[in-house]
Amino acid sequence: MSTLNALQRRLTSDRRRLLMDRGAAGRLGVSLPESDVPPQAPPPGDMLRDELDFPEVSEGELVRYFSQISQLNFSIDHNFYPLGSCTMKYNPKVNDEVAGLPGFAEIHPHQPDDTVQGALRLMWELQRRLAEITGMAGCSLAPMAGADGEFAGMLVARAYHLERGDTHRRKVLIPDSAHGTNPATASMCGFDVITLPSDSDGNTDLEALRYSVGDDLAGLMITLPSTLGLFDSNILEVVRIVRDAGGIVYGDGANLNALLGRVKLGELGFDLMHSNLHKTFTQPHGGGGPGAGPIIVSERLLPYLPTPVVERNIGEDGEGRYSLQSPPKTIGRMGAFHGNFGALVRAYAYIATLGAEGVSNISRDAVINANYIMSGLKGHYDLPYDRSCMHEVVFSAHSLRRDCGVSALDVAKRLIDYGIHPPTMYFPLIVDEALMIEPTETESKETLDYFIEAMRAIAAEARTDPDALHNAPHDAPNTRLDEARAARRPDLRWRRDR
Amino acid sequence: MTDTHFNTQSNAQFISPYSPNTDADRRLMLDAIGVGSADELFLDIPEGWRNPALDLPPPMAELDLRRYFGGLAAMNKTPGEYACFLGAGAYRHHIPAIVRQLTSRSEFMTAYTPYQPEISQGTLQTEFEFQTLCAQLTGMDVANAGMYDGSTSLAEAALMAARVTRRRRVAVLDTVSPAYISVLRTYTEAQGIAVDVVAADSMAADGVELGDDTACLVAQQPDFFGRVGDMERLAARAHGAGALFVAYTDAMAMALFKPPGEYGADIVASEGQALGVPPTFGGPYVGIFACKQDYIRQMPGRIVGRTVDTQGRTAYVLTLQTREQHIRRERATSNICTSVALIALMTTVYMAANGKRGMRRIADLTYQKAHYLASLIADIPGYSLAHNGAVFFQEFAARCPLPPAEINRRLLDYKIIGGLDISGQIDGAMLVCATEVNTREEIESFAAALAEIGGSQ
Repeated sequence: MSTLNALQRRLTSDRRRLLMDRGAAGRLGVSLPESDVPPQAPPPGDMLRDELDFPEVSEGELVRYFSQISQLNFSIDHNFYPLGSCTMKYNPKVNDEVAGLPGFAEIHPHQPDDTVQGALRLMWELQRRLAEITGMAGCSLAPMAGADGEFAGMLVARAYHLERGDTHRRKVLIPDSAHGTNPATASMCGFDVITLPSDSDGNTDLEALRYSVGDDLAGLMITLPSTLGLFDSNILEVVRIVRDAGGIVYGDGANLNALLGRVKLGELGFDLMHSNLHKTFTQPHGGGGPGAGPIIVSERLLPYLPTPVVERNIGEDGEGRYSLQSPPKTIGRMGAFHGNFGALVRAYAYIATLGAEGVSNISRDAVINANYIMSGLKGHYDLPYDRSCMHEVVFSAHSLRRDCGVSALDVAKRLIDYGIHPPTMYFPLIVDEALMIEPTETESKETLDYFIEAMRAIAAEARTDPDALHNAPHDAPNTRLDEARAARRPDLRWRRDR
Repeated sequence: MTDTHFNTQSNAQFISPYSPNTDADRRLMLDAIGVGSADELFLDIPEGWRNPALDLPPPMAELDLRRYFGGLAAMNKTPGEYACFLGAGAYRHHIPAIVRQLTSRSEFMTAYTPYQPEISQGTLQTEFEFQTLCAQLTGMDVANAGMYDGSTSLAEAALMAARVTRRRRVAVLDTVSPAYISVLRTYTEAQGIAVDVVAADSMAADGVELGDDTACLVAQQPDFFGRVGDMERLAARAHGAGALFVAYTDAMAMALFKPPGEYGADIVASEGQALGVPPTFGGPYVGIFACKQDYIRQMPGRIVGRTVDTQGRTAYVLTLQTREQHIRRERATSNICTSVALIALMTTVYMAANGKRGMRRIADLTYQKAHYLASLIADIPGYSLAHNGAVFFQEFAARCPLPPAEINRRLLDYKIIGGLDISGQIDGAMLVCATEVNTREEIESFAAALAEIGGSQ
């Protein structure tokens, strides 16, 4: 091997060296202050820890290390993410800037209400906007993620039934197309989960629904549009059946992007929903959080909202005074403080930028984009539900698998070589070899045309050169990983002796 | 003379900078789809419910948005303009510039959850670093990639203890933060797990027995009132009853005091905010969750493991996913599907930048400042330390001659945000915190103001 090759290899592997194996004893990554107060008596020696075995790396080395490994990521600023049900839209930069204002980033959560009127007013206004957009009566911003919002919501449903003495209402219906968080959440709230089938059009199976409801029904958790990307055309009947049986209708807001300005779940008779601010309202995903999952409820559920909610009182001077309150029959706290405030600032900035017209245009463009992809890929991939979709379209690689031995996973991994993040795969579970594609409204026609061409090219490759797909990605920082080994022999941290 | 050029922007159709497609683009796309208008794509929505009025204020241009949000931010009294002595779960420390610089990189900030490891090694490797540093800091075998915050991490620790021991009661000391106990109740109640709040004094005096249905004993170190106590003894009490010992610890305190791995903790929960995350009115933060190796398959949350790719190169991947909701649905260990990766990254950069000696130095400075403040307050007539002689780290309970809320109100005139009113727990007390960011001048001004307010009653 030439010296050049050897050195290049060293450079590549050096990049992946962990912090504990970097630097040298005595290096420091930040200049440290001195004490300006008189020396105090130290704690008893037997209470102290020995030394803390931590990295010793200089500032410049750290910057280069983190900058270099950051480049091993795909990200929305660099790549198109047609990731179904994840709503990977562009994250506006001004939102990050306003969230970073010292008046927001530096305030302490225990500051008295009087000293944080701007923050509380912002939260109150966001509560109002979310209630208006969804047609609900009120909102708590406390839940810190979508799944946390589900958890809060189903605890609210539970508290509502218990308050009425309905201790026997333990059954929660969940369509077979639902996200895994729905059944996991219902279980965490002590409910029994009953899976509801979808009918051949992808709607809720009304017969099965009628058969499943009774006086033990706590409620229904439903995603609208469904994870098939379809708006359940029987939704009014679904809601009526559940409500007539005394159940609560819970809306999983993961797909709210399709509904903005088109329909309000509250007006359809939904009792509560959560909204994923990191999907619909552009809080950056951050490589897996932070998110925020406010819950928004109808009038009858207002007393049960998690703590806190922000209330406004108009004083004698006509000025609004904002305060953190605990609703009368609250389910309690979801976290130590008031929710992920930083994400709330970004979401509110987004809504404020767009106004009513801009918010309604989101769903229009998101839905046109998804249907455009549907029309462009029909005939190249199987389309299990051949009807207009909403914000996402679900294809299947069933025929490719049968005819060429190429799976949805292979197609998805091959897309990486075309510079595109894979779509959601193998979900929803009811579609064989599913490829779930959500373009969002922030992608241009040109990007969609490129994606369609890439997907068509991959379908063609599947027939001519299936190995190119089995072994994809070829042009990524790593080839496919041995995930079985990772799970069989968990290696979860750096160790000195390794 | 009219110049149409100058009128094109007035009353124009709203154009979002975030949606590129124009009317012409849409026309071409609708033709390809085979429909006459976008409305035809929404026909599954029942007609009477379609296109409701949306009552929102008109759109704001970026210039106006900056002005409006700047105005809201300016209505808050910030700990820059005011000296601030609040802690109780959120702590102010200096955040090195590289923390914000590196975590603002769009490769980290705008990436999705790393389900596709081939193109997510940046996120996965930093999460592995986070797990390592949390394990090192807590002295535990393993840590996960992060929870929502410290309080939910604690609640999940209790649920995990119930799974491991198959027991249905959780004993929590009354010196644990009331907010955390409230979150613990939110998480456990619906699952039929009972929470018993136990007096710490009785537990320390062997006055309380843990029943054989107790899954875990939960203690906080330093406790809600700032005191550092004998955790070894509590761990022994828990283990003696066949229960697990769950320690909630302050992240910065672990750089100075014995970590939970050295006093027999089975599961550790902590709030990562103190390690490089701005207070941000309470979130987003990140919960640290660590435990003994034996329990890894019962852990909640995301876990990153090291493996190899098909070419034998080391790489990282989300692992042990069969615990999780997307695989196991109603039988998952938790419904959580975030690890608050970006905030975990902030703490990772912070811990790496301060490193071995910086972490110790910041913890020591914090200790020095808090103790100097306590010594000044103890000398003010009318004020006293509620727990005289107790070892404490960064905060302590001070009894005041006036209601703490009243004192805090008057402190604002001195440009000071005082301690947390804990008169509900200790009569007439506030919980006061100082860290390395509080200057000697601030500390002395605070003491002087307290003296003035206390003397003026």
